[in-house]
Amino acid sequence: MGKKRKMPGLNTSSTADISFMLLIFFLVTTSMDTDQGLGRTLPKPPEDDQLNNEIKVKERNILNIRINKDNYLMIGDDYVTVADVKERAKEFIANKENRKDLPELKPKKIKLLGQRMITENHVISVQTDRGTSYGVYFAVQDALVAAYNELRDELAKEEFGVVYANCTKEEQEAIREVYPQKISEAEPKKYGQAL
Amino acid sequence: MPEMNTSSLPDLIFTILFFFMMVTTMREVTLIVKFDKPTGTQLEKLARKSCTSFIYIGQPTEAMRAQVGSGTRIQLNDKYAEPSEVYDYVSAERNELAEVDKPFFTVSLKADHNTPMGIMTDVKQVLRKAYALKIVYSANKPRE
Repeated sequence: MGKKRKMPGLNTSSTADISFMLLIFFLVTTSMDTDQGLGRTLPKPPEDDQLNNEIKVKERNILNIRINKDNYLMIGDDYVTVADVKERAKEFIANKENRKDLPELKPKKIKLLGQRMITENHVISVQTDRGTSYGVYFAVQDALVAAYNELRDELAKEEFGVVYANCTKEEQEAIREVYPQKISEAEPKKYGQAL
Repeated sequence: MPEMNTSSLPDLIFTILFFFMMVTTMREVTLIVKFDKPTGTQLEKLARKSCTSFIYIGQPTEAMRAQVGSGTRIQLNDKYAEPSEVYDYVSAERNELAEVDKPFFTVSLKADHNTPMGIMTDVKQVLRKAYALKIVYSANKPRE
């Protein structure tokens, strides 16, 4: 058996270059954009026989937010700005003073929280003109979600001592039952014609 | 002076490569509309990106403006479309999903903040008809 010949190692100095190429390829062709947004669930399409008998909601239970083509806002009968929407919505959803012009309070038994007076039947409806800009509509939607989130946080702190996001699943469910999110994606109407 | 040992360099680069492969997604379409998404504070992260289809709404990019003008358009896949074509697009996209993923099918609307609501309403009505009821209004977080 002669001398053991040592096998020369494979030259791997170019592996780094190859993997750099791959890295750059992936950097160029992929995007890291994490999509964020406001989630909504649209109502089912209307059935033919349903068109004529719209669900009747008592007037005090609806918060009508209207936006016209020049992006002016109206809540009920008042002109407001986007900044006012959140406070008005909070006042409307909670109706803490049991005012007659705000949604009716109904008793409901809720797990963990016991008997509660809640505005179960309230609806917030946002109506827009075809010319309204999407940015304003979105700002209003965002303010409405903010109103709900603040009310839920307040309640969570009061009852469980932590913010809503840190509550357990059951606690969150209870809080959601007190302040259910009811934003209506209204059927489009044509303005300028008979209202 | 002895040379520095660079034999672990490929491993390092490969690690970075795998990291990028995991956190990024393939860019699916080239945008032919320009949009500046609205900003909001109450945003949630998109839960399942694989079950999401995108609809882009905005003005055509400068390169396309000579051909199609500057009116607000809808982009589906790689071309401009009318609101009524959203129906076929959404149905096709949903059919590509596995049966278990279908209930999570979401449509993300990436629209410019200057888009008139008329177009948004048209698209939303078509989505309702197509039973694509879960939608996301895509938006940006406000800059600090």
